Amino acid sequence: MRTLAFFTRTRGRHRLDWTDWLSYLYLGVGLFTLFAPIVWLLMSSLKTESALGQFPPTFLPYSQKTVTVAGHDKPLPLFTVRQADGSLREMAQMRRIGIMATLVDPAQPTQEVRVNINDRKPVSELTFAWSNYTDLFAKFSFGRYLWNSVFITVVATLLTLLINSMAAFALSKYQFRGQKAVFLLIIATLMIPPTIILVPVFLVINSVGLLNSLWGVILPAIATPTGVFLLRQYMLTIPDELLEAARMDHASEWRIYWKIILPLSAPALAVLAIFSVMWRWNDFLLPLIVLSKSEVFTLQLALNSFQGELNTQWHYLLAMTVITLVPITLVFAFLQKYITTGIASAGVK
Amino acid sequence: MHGVDRLLGGFFNLFEPLFRAAQRWLGLSRLGWLFVGPNLLVFGLFTFLPILINLVYASTGGVKLMPLERPFTGAENFAILLECRDYLDIQSCRKDVFWRATFNTAKFSLIQVGLMVGLSLLTALVLNRKIVGRGFWRGVFFYPVLLSPVVVALIWKWLLQSQGVFNAGLLAAGASSVDWLLDAGWAFFWTVFVSIWAHMGFYTLILLAGLQAIPKDMYEAAQLDAASPWRTLRRITLPLLMPNLIVVLVLALIRAVQIFDEVFVLTGGGPGSATTFIVQFIYQTGFAEQIHLYGLAAAASLLLALGLIALTLAQLRLTRASEAGQKAR
Amino acid sequence: MTTQVSKTVIAAAVAAFLSIPVVAQAGEIRVMCYQDGIECDVTAEQAKRFEAANPGTKVVIDVVPYKTIVEQLPVQLAAGQGPDIARVTDLGGLSKYYLDVSAHVKDRAYWESNFGATLPWLRPTASDKGIYGFMSQLTMTGPFVNKTLFEQAKVALPGPKATWDEWVEAARKVAKATQTPAALAWDRSGHRFAGPAISYGAKIFDAKGDLVLDDGYKTTVNKFVAWHKDGAMLKEVWAGSGGSSYADSIGEFKNGRVAMVLSGSWQINRLQKDIGNAFDWVAVPNPCGPAACSGIPGGAAWVALKTSKSPKEVGMFLDFIASEANYAEFTGKTENIPAHAGLARKGVPYPGATPAARAALASFSAGVATLSPVAYQFQGYKFNRAMMLPTVARVTQAIVGEMSSDEAMTKIGADMADAVKQAQK
Repeated sequence: MRTLAFFTRTRGRHRLDWTDWLSYLYLGVGLFTLFAPIVWLLMSSLKTESALGQFPPTFLPYSQKTVTVAGHDKPLPLFTVRQADGSLREMAQMRRIGIMATLVDPAQPTQEVRVNINDRKPVSELTFAWSNYTDLFAKFSFGRYLWNSVFITVVATLLTLLINSMAAFALSKYQFRGQKAVFLLIIATLMIPPTIILVPVFLVINSVGLLNSLWGVILPAIATPTGVFLLRQYMLTIPDELLEAARMDHASEWRIYWKIILPLSAPALAVLAIFSVMWRWNDFLLPLIVLSKSEVFTLQLALNSFQGELNTQWHYLLAMTVITLVPITLVFAFLQKYITTGIASAGVK
Repeated sequence: MHGVDRLLGGFFNLFEPLFRAAQRWLGLSRLGWLFVGPNLLVFGLFTFLPILINLVYASTGGVKLMPLERPFTGAENFAILLECRDYLDIQSCRKDVFWRATFNTAKFSLIQVGLMVGLSLLTALVLNRKIVGRGFWRGVFFYPVLLSPVVVALIWKWLLQSQGVFNAGLLAAGASSVDWLLDAGWAFFWTVFVSIWAHMGFYTLILLAGLQAIPKDMYEAAQLDAASPWRTLRRITLPLLMPNLIVVLVLALIRAVQIFDEVFVLTGGGPGSATTFIVQFIYQTGFAEQIHLYGLAAAASLLLALGLIALTLAQLRLTRASEAGQKAR
Repeated sequence: MTTQVSKTVIAAAVAAFLSIPVVAQAGEIRVMCYQDGIECDVTAEQAKRFEAANPGTKVVIDVVPYKTIVEQLPVQLAAGQGPDIARVTDLGGLSKYYLDVSAHVKDRAYWESNFGATLPWLRPTASDKGIYGFMSQLTMTGPFVNKTLFEQAKVALPGPKATWDEWVEAARKVAKATQTPAALAWDRSGHRFAGPAISYGAKIFDAKGDLVLDDGYKTTVNKFVAWHKDGAMLKEVWAGSGGSSYADSIGEFKNGRVAMVLSGSWQINRLQKDIGNAFDWVAVPNPCGPAACSGIPGGAAWVALKTSKSPKEVGMFLDFIASEANYAEFTGKTENIPAHAGLARKGVPYPGATPAARAALASFSAGVATLSPVAYQFQGYKFNRAMMLPTVARVTQAIVGEMSSDEAMTKIGADMADAVKQAQK
């Protein structure tokens, strides 16, 4: 019975009980499960392509030492070789064919030795392959893609906040005919995954002439049903007396909305803002069908589009994944408190 | 700061006269339409209209893109989708991939939602205790929610490849490596695991909010009555958490049925069709194959939407019934 | 928070002006290009020279992944949008969007004599005589072999008339001896699959010219599935995906996980770059079946599109890159087989090619003569995707055990018939 006690009560004692230890263990396991893959991703993104191909993989980015040997224009990888008499010797490898490798002593480059691959081990040093990142900057118009992503995210978020809060205000504080139908209609579209209406959305965007424009990515996505739902739930808790008082002071409805409702809905607005940033930053399918000119590509598009070509160039793929992760992580780190308390207070009442 | 206020003020002043005029003209109650207007306009143009266009696609055939150029076929697409020689044998169906995808989606949704809500509840209960650094732990569980599904899938694909970390660990421990994503059973397991990994935090937070809203005197009263912890959980915590639980269950189910991005990147629907879910079928039929069968894809998407609406309504009715039942007791 | 908000509002307003799509000036040509190696990069260099020679024109090369050409471009074109020129592979499927530029090319006779054999592939109907573009390369499907693994296993490379069974046996021995995970792999593509199918006697077309699945095709499917079941084929390539998505086997080949792959000549540049000195690789002639020893020809074509607003400049640019000197430069740098009859006769210098690449190119060029006429017909057929895509999806299902090979064949037939019926509506 004590076992279950920890489910239902918060403990008040100063000494840590064994159920507390269990809780911390659970949290620790959770931390590991959730963050170990990301840490692994980070470390792997700093490995050279050859280090990534190595199996079994190492945690830290080790790369094989290379040495310049006379008579070869490219530096040769260095190995520790176990020789016939059992001694170890550092040698540079000229080539590896199947299960036999041909190595030379850097000091005596003319003497070639053939060794079975099982008798040699690479000499590694800690190398951070920053080139994975810098090459990407050179390969793609990185600044351009970043700017496009940021522009879309910021503008879309602002517009989303505006029109969703207006709609939520109308649906929570007004009574008009057809109101319920409108609300239900908006919520019902949650049942339609965006993937399914991709082609019709493309047709509509095409007919309003917004193809290959950043606005073609911004506008279709700003009327989010989740946003309206979330804000409406929160606004329902704002006491009507406030509005009545303002109306008696001859305030216009716009003023009421702008000066009373919006400030009071700040926590819910913050949550919606963060979600909107997350959705727009990670958006992939809509930019995919709308944008086909490279100068309007977004960062996610670049990453996902070139996934096909890079799918065996894991070092670039991993680096690019980390790059697209960083902004959202930063936003999260700074606004973490806001997010988690915001959901708590804006959560369904 | 001044410039900010002035800019915001400018924006406000821009629209105020418009709204005052509208208020005089429309009256207070109908002013609501003006507020809901922009949202409705965007929604109508970019969500509702495409759904209608989808209806047109569903009732036409051929491979042309422009809806008006397509020949009308009535309910033929639905007939093709649902046609089976023997309804007990998926193989005999004309669109066996559609049936398989539907079955996979149902299996996935039940398992994933059950597991995920259970884990979210457990985590929320743990987080509700007096622990050090609750904000930090909340952040930890919420972080994966922020990652795009493609990133999540790429990370896990990288870890699970035949020469990845997991197999390295197995080999180091003396076992042999496993085809994590090439075996139907394991591939399915990983789709469930990865989707839970990525989304659990969101639901944990909603449930945690609900738990924290339960007044402490409830528990004190139960303690005074010497109620067992299990009884407290069943009689006090869960009923008071019910609204949040309903929201979590409904949202989780909707999302589970609509899953696509992370699975597509992780397994491509493979091996074979073991992890092909309904949205992937629709995407492949209508978008990916070079002979675009827009009509079939649209018909399938309509069936999906109807199924989801039915499921959600059923869910709400069931939970409302159980709520009423509990209150009556 | 408000500071950030309004600052962003200002920035956004400014940026809004900057992001309004610039209306394409007359004289600007957009080229949508994908590359396996460096095809688009080389063309971009040539485009700069074109701009210099023709002041007032602007050529923008949009490098996009292959997926975009296959999935997005047709949708755009169907909606009346698109670039001026594109590098495409579904030659017949997109032919209704091509623009006839014969009025804008300088010397029609040059085009006819050098590209005459492949110009019909781009024409919407058989009787059409227009010039819609040209093949940027001629490709052929065929195998690459890891020669050094064979040497290590002390297994001789089978000769030019060896059958698939002999090759599979040899590769199996090599894999066993050298601890390689699998003997061989084929690209996950119905296009690749068709080569061995034709070699095994698949006629592909019936008397009326419609697609048909016959015993030859069935034999190939059965053999292919059996090779997976007994471990000769690497499972990852076909079983690692669902549906009919494309996956190539070159990645596995270059990592030494198979001794042999069935891919094609367009990979030569990539192999040279990615494998380097790690091991010796060679291209071998297509293995034989009872009916033929064939691969499938193909290639990507530069096509002019009806959505272009500058047909004259499009014609001029196509003329420019089709000229002998520029085509030779393109072919040489990208290490492809030229589709240009004159250059095929004269030979093209491959300045950056390693001996391995050169030998591979020679092997493929020589192999062009062994292509079965059915292969040419298949490549040029408008609805060949109706056969290729279901093959990939259903054979994969057979491989993983979801259905038997026979059931897979039935399903391929049904899917094929459905697709062709819809495509003809």
